[in-house]
Amino acid sequence: MFIEIDEIAKSFGTTAALQPVSLAIPSGALVALLGPSGSGKTTLLRILGGLEFPNSGRVSFDGKDATGLSVQERRAGFVFQSYALFRHMTVFDNVAYGLRARPRASRPPKAEIARRVGRLLDLIQLPDIGRRYPGQLSGGQRQRVALARALAIEPRMLLLDEPFGALDAKVRKELRQGLRHIHDETGLTTVFVTHDQEEAMEPADLVVVMSMGRIEQISKPQDIRARPATAFVRDFITA
Amino acid sequence: MSDTTLYPAARFRAATQETPLTRRILIAIAVGGLGILVAAPLVVVFAEALASGWAAAVNSLSNRDARSAIRLTLLIAAIVVPLNAAFGIAAAWFVTKFDFRGKAFLITLIDLPFSVSPVVAGLCIVLMFGANSLVGGWLVAQGMPIVFALPGIVLATLFVTFPFVARELIPVMIEQGRAEEEAALTLGASGWRVFLTVTLPNIRWALLYGVLLCKARAMGEFGAVAVVSGKIRGQTATMPITIEMLYNEYLSVAAFSMAALLTLLAVVTLLLRGALELRHADQLAARPHR
Repeated sequence: MFIEIDEIAKSFGTTAALQPVSLAIPSGALVALLGPSGSGKTTLLRILGGLEFPNSGRVSFDGKDATGLSVQERRAGFVFQSYALFRHMTVFDNVAYGLRARPRASRPPKAEIARRVGRLLDLIQLPDIGRRYPGQLSGGQRQRVALARALAIEPRMLLLDEPFGALDAKVRKELRQGLRHIHDETGLTTVFVTHDQEEAMEPADLVVVMSMGRIEQISKPQDIRARPATAFVRDFITA
Repeated sequence: MSDTTLYPAARFRAATQETPLTRRILIAIAVGGLGILVAAPLVVVFAEALASGWAAAVNSLSNRDARSAIRLTLLIAAIVVPLNAAFGIAAAWFVTKFDFRGKAFLITLIDLPFSVSPVVAGLCIVLMFGANSLVGGWLVAQGMPIVFALPGIVLATLFVTFPFVARELIPVMIEQGRAEEEAALTLGASGWRVFLTVTLPNIRWALLYGVLLCKARAMGEFGAVAVVSGKIRGQTATMPITIEMLYNEYLSVAAFSMAALLTLLAVVTLLLRGALELRHADQLAARPHR
């Protein structure tokens, strides 16, 4: 699915989180929103997911206007910064949540839900943790479970907010490759937010550098390194 | 932890560890305070109740007025606790999941019953709904009196116990934030489903605790109920009111038997809570460590 963001602006009270920004994300791309905290990257991601609504501007999916679609209608697989796993449910129930929440007519039967959850746990390479609770998992395992839960709803796109933020360096590197792998496997248009330039450059097809609610540059990783568009971009990627 | 294997244990003390003497003094103060203020009165209540033997105690609880008081108190708790649990959840939800102007004021308002004397609360209800007020006069004419009747007692108890559930829930819900609810929404769940499957299970222990506190206070409330009930024996006299009246009439066995029963009702709920916590200990332990 291709995503078009057309002159989206958002303010919270008197502070402008996003100046009007425009961005086109090609179908199947892996895109990084890169910027320091307060640059508006998370706000943009939440607007795509339907968790915030813009003050002005339009969002469209596959050419169809999606600005007013509710969060449920968006069908965006969203991975939260601290994963937001349901702490009182087992891993299995976490991953099955989205399927069980479907209206009766489109809800898969029990056995089919179990089969799909099993397949997703295989995909994240944690086949045997279905009966554990989130509190019993390591940070990296939680992140992968959150990814499986988001994928369970057969999303139209995958949105990840600082997916590697709370992890140690070695796990980050593994999971970066894991994200690339899952992206290639599913072919989903994927947008993730990060403040770490290496984390953005390595897996992404396209990097969007943001600062103070504005988009500074949209380029392939190697082009951003070779030809930074603004002084901010040059400083940020060499920092 | 590993330090103790490297160094002799006695030479070093963890920064948060007190000297043995300080520790003993602190423990003595805690145990002594609990003993004198909590345990001793409980023992006295039961000793006084049983001063003339079991038969006398049970007998004093089985006359018509005593049975009516027990029934009334249980009925009030049965009405007030579910209502205040619902109000408390709604108030805590509203305060913690939404940002709006005047939020701090609303939180203060929720706490108001804690700071207003119950007697004043009772008087307000009498003024608003008494036979001499506009509303009260009309209701009495319709044959539905509020004051000196069950509705007044329920209103007074509702007011006094309002903060218990909300106060327990607000800090828990603030601490948990909105991320899990947002996650459920992105997975396609409706608002109501999110509440039932995510919010409610996450607050259930705080909710249970708030409900138990609310129930204990609803059964034990004296001041506000004394003003609005009119203390009509066999009709509007609750257990605490009856205890006071019996005591003033020097019927100490009857007064303390009723007091012991009221205490037992409270202790039973505490034991119930303890049992529940024990049974679900694994789930409590499985909570994520941050």
